[in-house]
Amino acid sequence: MPEAPKTRWSGSQPNGWEVLQRNRVAMAALWFLGLLVLASILVPFFLNDAIKQSTMDQFMPPNSRSVDGSRYHLLGTDVNGQDLFYRLLIGAQVSLGVGFVAACFSLFIGTVYGMISGYAGGRVDALMMRFIDMLYAVPRILFVMIFISAFDSQFKTALDGVRLWAQHTQWHSVEHAARALIPYSRILILIISLGLVEWLTMARIVRGQVLVLRELAFVTASRAMGQRWWVILRRHLWPNLSTIILTYLTLTIPAVILDESFLSYLGLGIEDPAASWGSLLKDGAPVINPLESKWWLLAFPAVLMSASLLALNFLGDGLRDAFDPKSSD
Amino acid sequence: MFAFILRRLASSLVVLLCVVSVTFLLARIQKGGPFDREKEPPPHVKEMLLRKYHLDGSVWQQLGAYLNRLILHGDPGVSTRYRDLSVIEVISQKMPNSLALGTCAFLIASIGGVALGFASAMRKDSLLDVSSMLLAIAAISVPSFITGPLLIAVFGLWLGWFPVGGWGTTKQMVLPALCLAAPYLAYVARLTRNSLLDVLTQGYMRTAKAKGLSDATALAKHALKVAILPVITYLGPMAAYVMTGSFIVESVFNITGAGSVFVNAIQNKDCFLLCGAVSVYCVMLVTFNFIVDVLYGLLDKRIQLHA
Repeated sequence: MPEAPKTRWSGSQPNGWEVLQRNRVAMAALWFLGLLVLASILVPFFLNDAIKQSTMDQFMPPNSRSVDGSRYHLLGTDVNGQDLFYRLLIGAQVSLGVGFVAACFSLFIGTVYGMISGYAGGRVDALMMRFIDMLYAVPRILFVMIFISAFDSQFKTALDGVRLWAQHTQWHSVEHAARALIPYSRILILIISLGLVEWLTMARIVRGQVLVLRELAFVTASRAMGQRWWVILRRHLWPNLSTIILTYLTLTIPAVILDESFLSYLGLGIEDPAASWGSLLKDGAPVINPLESKWWLLAFPAVLMSASLLALNFLGDGLRDAFDPKSSD
Repeated sequence: MFAFILRRLASSLVVLLCVVSVTFLLARIQKGGPFDREKEPPPHVKEMLLRKYHLDGSVWQQLGAYLNRLILHGDPGVSTRYRDLSVIEVISQKMPNSLALGTCAFLIASIGGVALGFASAMRKDSLLDVSSMLLAIAAISVPSFITGPLLIAVFGLWLGWFPVGGWGTTKQMVLPALCLAAPYLAYVARLTRNSLLDVLTQGYMRTAKAKGLSDATALAKHALKVAILPVITYLGPMAAYVMTGSFIVESVFNITGAGSVFVNAIQNKDCFLLCGAVSVYCVMLVTFNFIVDVLYGLLDKRIQLHA
């Protein structure tokens, strides 16, 4: 986004970014998220390879050393003797990654839909919005569950088919890509299905903005100059929508992460050996019992996940206050 | 008004039909049928079972047969897993607990949320406002499979005020209802606060004060009626969400409810039961949204009802 010229009398309408910078909670959330993303990507590179394996040291409490003294477990180990700190970082990669990609995917659908609906106006708009109203009456998370259980194995078979076909036709790059994707097929289908259900609110908000924007003088002017509609959408409307889209992206990510953790908790989401915060919590829940509580397996994932979702929501709220002060919710 | 109801009814039926059809198709195109067990039955037995329940032939024929029975005979079929129970029997066994839990949670969330939001808006930027809004974001962010065990640990095990699970007595209802209500309460509180703050800055509120109305009367007569509209919009879908049962809350607190019907039907590939449960959910959502629209029209005379 180009920097607005700084004028002294712009004080009456403060720049959104400045409003955001003055919001201390949102800035703290931004720092926390930035550090978390950096840590989840970088720290696994610096960890000893020995700590990434499953070992015989089951259920080591936090801050302990393995039996032979070679490994230090900051947050303890789980049922497979895997280091919880490492698993948490991998879980952060997966949860944040799935959240981000699925939210972007749903945002893309929602934005395109909302822009077309708002710009077309009239009957098309009424029809497209009616369709969204109908989709709101659909049990969304249930559909994700049905979708995953319906397409999971077929998706894997299809990827394997692609791999075999590429092997047959000696198309090595495709073969490698398909082979690399097969272990992640569950994650891919999770991203697709979550993206397909989360775009409704975005479409409504973008459409509302476009309805306002398209009546402004510069849009009328470029239409009068004979500009094509998609050029107007891309060059004139899109830049004016970007901050709203960023705001709702930040608010969609925690919603997607919540959905993903719910699915993983039910066993329909991320599977071993990959991990997400939801799957870690699922593994942690059954080992809690009054006799010998393995509290760390539940406590650390819960704290990290809650803190991240909290930070994302704080940041999203801050962005909304800064860029969309009119909206109440 | 009558035309609105008719048109709304028609469009709701279309939505319901589409949702049930898509659910049925998705349930039937997946690998593995409803009669697969760990101990595989002989192929001819499985074939006979599929034929008996009209699950043979192409998926479109199956869908046709199912819709035919559902619409013309009002028969949603039997559960393919528990074969001596019809879909209606399974759902009506599991539904009452979820409805009771959902009603409690709905009351807690709507009354508590509006009260909290109201109090926060009245004392904007006070300690109460800031802390309750922070708590609200926390309640929205944290999933119920974390808040549930947390509530059990604090109020069940540590303080010992409430039993940790089960269903039936009033005491047993408190924790699950709170756990289910928490995120919705938080959302309603935020919605009420923001909408009320929005209304309080409007010109007619100043007018109301200028003509000598006390704060309380101005609020009750002019502000609340407008500020409550977005809250009411949200209460419709919220009612449907909380009343159809939450698998997580029910499993954490060991309650037999409808949440497990959905999850088990998906895992057992029990297509008739799944379609039945999904349509119950859909009917609830449509009904509550309809009630909201009518209420909306009654509260705000400017709104014309369109189907």
